[in-house]
Amino acid sequence: MSLADPEIRDLKAAATSHRGDRVFNRIITVAAFTALAVLAGIAVFLGLQTIPAFQSQGLSFITTTAWDINTDPPTAGIWGMLYGSVLLAVIGLVIAIPASLLLSIFTVFLAPRKLAAGLTNLIDLMAAIPSVILGLWAFYILNPTAEEWQRLLNQYLGWIPIFQNASGNFLGTPFIAGFVLAIMMIPIITSVSREVLARTPPELINASESLGSSLWTMLRYVALPYGRGGIVGGIMLGLGRALGETIAVFFVLKIVFEVNWYQIIESGGGSVATLIVSRFGEVSGEFELSLLLAAGFFLFVLTLVVNVIANLIVARTGRLQK
Amino acid sequence: MSIAESKGVDTIQTPAVTDSSPTTDREIEMSTQDVSVWFGKRKVLEGVSIDFPKRSVTALIGPSGCGKSTFIRTLNRLHELIPGAALAGSVMYEGKDIYDRDVDPVQIRLKIGMVFQKPNPFPSMTIRGNVLAGLKLSGMKRSNHDDIVEETLRAAGLWNEVKDRLGAAAGELSGGQAQRLVIARALAVQPHVLLMDEPCSALDPASTLKIEETIRDLSKDVTIIIVTHNMQQAVRVSDRTAFFLAAENEPGHVVEQGLTTEIFGNPQDQRTLDYVNGRFG
Repeated sequence: MSLADPEIRDLKAAATSHRGDRVFNRIITVAAFTALAVLAGIAVFLGLQTIPAFQSQGLSFITTTAWDINTDPPTAGIWGMLYGSVLLAVIGLVIAIPASLLLSIFTVFLAPRKLAAGLTNLIDLMAAIPSVILGLWAFYILNPTAEEWQRLLNQYLGWIPIFQNASGNFLGTPFIAGFVLAIMMIPIITSVSREVLARTPPELINASESLGSSLWTMLRYVALPYGRGGIVGGIMLGLGRALGETIAVFFVLKIVFEVNWYQIIESGGGSVATLIVSRFGEVSGEFELSLLLAAGFFLFVLTLVVNVIANLIVARTGRLQK
Repeated sequence: MSIAESKGVDTIQTPAVTDSSPTTDREIEMSTQDVSVWFGKRKVLEGVSIDFPKRSVTALIGPSGCGKSTFIRTLNRLHELIPGAALAGSVMYEGKDIYDRDVDPVQIRLKIGMVFQKPNPFPSMTIRGNVLAGLKLSGMKRSNHDDIVEETLRAAGLWNEVKDRLGAAAGELSGGQAQRLVIARALAVQPHVLLMDEPCSALDPASTLKIEETIRDLSKDVTIIIVTHNMQQAVRVSDRTAFFLAAENEPGHVVEQGLTTEIFGNPQDQRTLDYVNGRFG
């Protein structure tokens, strides 16, 4: 150490000199890395399982749509399922986002206190319904009802491509599956947005009111921009549930190995998770099992990609209001 | 003989009145008549009647909890947004009771702007966006936004500090700058009256001085009603003063009101004299 240096004290050592803190820091660090390790472990395990699938199918495993395992050579491709997962999630979001936002705005800004408390409990309870129960409900109750809705949509809005239906069969459609997903996402998105909106600083609401805002303009320019990050986070949580949801979709969606691009009220569609659960019980052998695990790996990747894209969108739209 | 003279105590020195036309002769912009206010069952203000002359500055002073801030919030109908709030009496503005059933509270809040204790610029907006926020929030149409931004920021004494970074986040400003931005924001919707609820209580002395200069400048065009805990500030900025007081478990009321020079120089009530000399509150 040079002569000029002795003044400089080691503050880092001093800051961690408390023994309890040191132990605590280590425990948290280990816990945090454990979470990462588990994630990495899953990724590696699934990644390894994709090797046989790729060796036999090549890239066509994710670019084509087929599941003929017992032919020689067997062909398998999950593009339709990957695309279907996204399509169902999008249908679910289109229904769930406005519903959840309206619900949370109502409970925070409009509802009398007691009604708001009741609604809050009820919606939180909705999140606790097991998806298998929702699936059964959707199969027995929603299906016949939604069949009628879809007929009407087709009858009056059939000129819009997404409401086309050539088969006349309105059961097992992506719309019904997406609707079930929306019911599962609504409590999640609603709870998060409600908490976020309720935390809008009162001084900002005051400022807005003193500038002659209506409820709508206050929400649009003040409360929603303020809570944007949190609300998007809630939507991402809901989306995560939708992309991975298995059993509820399995009950209502007719799985077909074709790509249903946009005809959401046409019978037949797919999703990676339901593909796995529908094949897993009657899997024909090691090879098909590895194909299913590979499908799982790509669902994992898909979820990551969707999250990254969503984050980018959020970052891009996060600019200040001029 | 005033109480101060009779008791031989010093009062805060007030500047000589230079305005040749006494503020009392001015046209009345706004007035309250026998205003009482409740939160639920609790009565917090009783029988407040004050006239606010056009283009004057009126200071509302008094110890904490005497209902000044509550009173000021009745003047632009923000009070009613608190659950359980109730009001009796009338608040007259432009010859009409603003609590009449056919009066649109949004229009009232546009005419009677407000600046709060804590600087509250919108963090999700730029500096420029904040100035223009009132136009968006109220749906008011005004052209030449650039001119509005410059004009109001100049009026608020902030233009020179921010003219090169109007696109920056409002959150980057210091407390004093943020408060002046908020004043500019309130001015952009062209209010006739500006309510200020302890606008300097969160600011340092230098920023406070700037805000006070701004208030003096603004009072050429706008009627200003300011709640303040700072006696010197009331003396420096206001033409008229109303002294509020609430006895324990009693609603607040106005003890004395009049020209600021009178209230501080020659108060008629012993309690006013004690308060303006800092003996309680």
